[in-house]
Amino acid sequence: MKRSYIFGIIVIAAAIMMIVSTAGDASSYVSFKDAHDMALEGNDTKIHVVGELKKSEKGEIIGLNPSDDKLSFTFMMVDENGIEQEVFYNEPMPADFKRSEQVVVIGSFQKGTFIADKILMKCPSKYQEETVI
Amino acid sequence: MIHTTIGDIGHLFVIISFVAALISIFNFYKAEKSPLPEIQKGWLKNGQITYVIHGLAVFGIVITLFTIISNHYYEYFYAWSHSSKVLPVEYIISSFWEGQEGSFLLWSFWNVLLGFVILLTNKKWAPSVMVSFSVVQAFLASMILGVVIGDLKIGSSPFILLRDAMDAPIFNINPNYVPEDGTGLNPLLQNYWMVIHPPVLFLGYATTLIPFAYAIAGLWKKDFKGWVRPALPWALFSAAILGVGILMGGYWAYETLNFEGFWNWDPVENASLVPWLVLVASIHTMITYKKSETALKASIILVLSVFLMVLYATFMVRSGVLGESSVHSFTDLGLSGQLLLYLLSFLIISIVLAIVRWKHIPSTEKEVSTYSREFWIFMGATLLCLMGFQILLPTSIPVYNSIIQSFGGISNLAPPADQVEFYTKWQMWFAVGLAILSGTGQFFWWQKMKKSGVKDSLLMPILITLAISALIIVLAGMTNIPYILLVIASVYTITANAKIFIKIVKNNYKLSGGAIAHMGLGMMLLGILFSTGYSRTISLNETGLLLTNSEEVEDNFNQENIPLFINDPQTMGEYTLTYKGRFYETYDGGYVKASYLEDTQNENDKIVKRDIKREDESLTKGDTLKVYGANHYYKVDYLHADGEKFSLFPRAQINADMGGLISSPDIRRKFTKDLYTHVSSVPDPTQEIEWSEPKEMDVTFGEKFFLNDFVTVLEEVKRVDEIEGEKLKGNDLAVRATVKVYGDGEDYILNPYYLIRDNMAGRIPDENREIGIKLNIESIKPESNTFTLSVRTTQKDYVILKALEKPFINLLWIGTLVLTIGFGMAIFRRYSEFYKMKRKGLE
Repeated sequence: MKRSYIFGIIVIAAAIMMIVSTAGDASSYVSFKDAHDMALEGNDTKIHVVGELKKSEKGEIIGLNPSDDKLSFTFMMVDENGIEQEVFYNEPMPADFKRSEQVVVIGSFQKGTFIADKILMKCPSKYQEETVI
Repeated sequence: MIHTTIGDIGHLFVIISFVAALISIFNFYKAEKSPLPEIQKGWLKNGQITYVIHGLAVFGIVITLFTIISNHYYEYFYAWSHSSKVLPVEYIISSFWEGQEGSFLLWSFWNVLLGFVILLTNKKWAPSVMVSFSVVQAFLASMILGVVIGDLKIGSSPFILLRDAMDAPIFNINPNYVPEDGTGLNPLLQNYWMVIHPPVLFLGYATTLIPFAYAIAGLWKKDFKGWVRPALPWALFSAAILGVGILMGGYWAYETLNFEGFWNWDPVENASLVPWLVLVASIHTMITYKKSETALKASIILVLSVFLMVLYATFMVRSGVLGESSVHSFTDLGLSGQLLLYLLSFLIISIVLAIVRWKHIPSTEKEVSTYSREFWIFMGATLLCLMGFQILLPTSIPVYNSIIQSFGGISNLAPPADQVEFYTKWQMWFAVGLAILSGTGQFFWWQKMKKSGVKDSLLMPILITLAISALIIVLAGMTNIPYILLVIASVYTITANAKIFIKIVKNNYKLSGGAIAHMGLGMMLLGILFSTGYSRTISLNETGLLLTNSEEVEDNFNQENIPLFINDPQTMGEYTLTYKGRFYETYDGGYVKASYLEDTQNENDKIVKRDIKREDESLTKGDTLKVYGANHYYKVDYLHADGEKFSLFPRAQINADMGGLISSPDIRRKFTKDLYTHVSSVPDPTQEIEWSEPKEMDVTFGEKFFLNDFVTVLEEVKRVDEIEGEKLKGNDLAVRATVKVYGDGEDYILNPYYLIRDNMAGRIPDENREIGIKLNIESIKPESNTFTLSVRTTQKDYVILKALEKPFINLLWIGTLVLTIGFGMAIFRRYSEFYKMKRKGLE
């Protein structure tokens, strides 16, 4: 066999490995219910959950608890299916966390609590460039 | 008054530029197709004229838009949404390209200039190359055309009036309403790197068109070989500029964003890196081709891919397909269809042309030997492409989702949860391979090697490499095997190329560009490895407090942040840290404590609350101070165990565009390592303070008591005849108390007033946010000489801080510089080759 064919096969093999690895490591957007089911099945892959902070009827955020040393906090999040869940985040609360309209948490369930490794926030911007005055 | 004329002029220029580009396509096409030299000359002349008209029209658009922005014509949507009156000149310039329309314009502007250069320097290739240029320019002009035909919207014009862009009720009342001020430039972009990074990056993108246009022209004219010579210096130029542009972005991110590094594997970053990797691969195959007539087909494919990748990147970044997977927020202008058309047109043209001509492209059937330079270079180019492919696959995940969804499917694929780990897993090994190949490949390049010769020439560099690497590994105490391999490989490429450099430079220094560039690569890899792999969090929290209220979480979490309360020293590794308070930066570059200043209507004007006389600063009460009001600096004093003292001012910025408070680091730079510090959380300075319920306490002069854990003393109570500069009237009676609070590093004075007017008592409180105290004189009891103070308290000021050490990050910046010098020398050499041929009339 010609050397260039061998070379080609190696390149294709590497490319396939990359595709498999990407497919394997890709996360997914799921609901808290699915995430919980996954955890029960012993599947601890990190997933994305999209939702909002829990609010009272008056619009106040409820269930937000910074730790005593302010270095971590827990909060109640409501996912797109309306399921409530406590989320723990091992980082100080970002200053604008309370203002966020939408939160995406990336992490997994551990013993009933959702442990977020990363939180992405979408905040309403002050001048959303929709109003002039 | 609304300036409508200037917008009309701008719009007219856009239309002229679009139409002239279309006519240029036709003219240059005719010039290329004409068999007779005379007719060809005529069409070329026409093409030149229409292209110059197009170019002048683009300059016209740029000047018009810049005039609108710099004259603050806020009746225009673009000026209103991207600039404001307080912006200094350099940021007025960057607000020009903050929006998508402006960045298309920037791209188009570079293309115009590059097109002029081509027309001036290359007569033989000009017509066919300029066809591609004109097509690209027509597409770019269409992006800012702003024409609506029925439901079809073509382009988004930067000259649209605010009243047409927005549906605000004010315009029903007063159609000529002009806002007082614009909404300003995103404060994160108010950084000198953001003035220079976009134009450099776009010049990089624009220059990828030149090799592409030459390759297309080569296929078209069936001159499969000739295009390489003129294309090569441009490809090198493009790689140097694009590389520098990308790194500038990385440097800006390192200095300004708080993700603790220069690279975040964000889709927008990836989208610029992939074309660069393929571009560098294409340069290698083109050089091989010039030396030994092999790898021509590979060169053509790669050169075409680079530009297509740039278009794909443009599509991804600007069509809104990335959605929330990127921190780079580009507004979706609804141009996705147009962008897709732009991408697909060039993709189809390239594929069709390549397939049609494929059989005619000469190629060698000769088997490549393992000991040939072609083999090694080809391996290197392949590896670069694989690197790009690996990055592109997951970056495109949002694209897969939208493709599946557009066919009615449901796809919930998300990017890998830990991007850094995911990419590193692959790219780490690629880097090892790349370093080994670039060291060895250079030896094969410069000398014909036999099996026996390999050992002789490689022995010395390998020995030196092992010695140096062993030293580094021992000194750094490295145990991670992949890291050790990367160190060895990087040192190897530096020493091997150094040996070659020494050899070449004696004969002809002009040829040493390659060796220098590869040495730069080795340095960059070392810099990347140490600054990221051995980045050390030094703000580890060892207080061991209860981490969470939820008892179910038992895992032991490492805490990487430490809380610092004002004036309360904390030990952090070898340092003792003290938080000294929130500061503003003044226009003349100093820092002034926020608690000395009072807000006014204008964010940037602050009034001095009281006279301050200290050794390093003096402020006079009532003066207005100009500060950058959106930026809050948190002064942290560092004291090293060996006595070294310095202060860092990490920043938190109120950033409406990014939706909240954005924190930026302050970096203490040393040659061997950077000390990187940012605040992770601060009390929001824009939010109202929640004070506790008032507590009353009776105090007498000189008595010491505690307020919010601070020792406090009532120093004096004095009758005054004015309050805050306002004279008292008639029978008014007022007293001012001076209360001194002993902080650990600084004493605070509070001055509440007690006022009797018309037999009514009035109280004017004083507060200090830093120490969290608000004081009122509740009542005065002259008989016992006691005063009743009403005290409200709140959390005293604090920051939560993260600090990291970044060892040898300077190697990355120095390596980049060396790499760029290498590119520069190679450009010079390849251009002089082309120039010689041109002089001989062969090009």
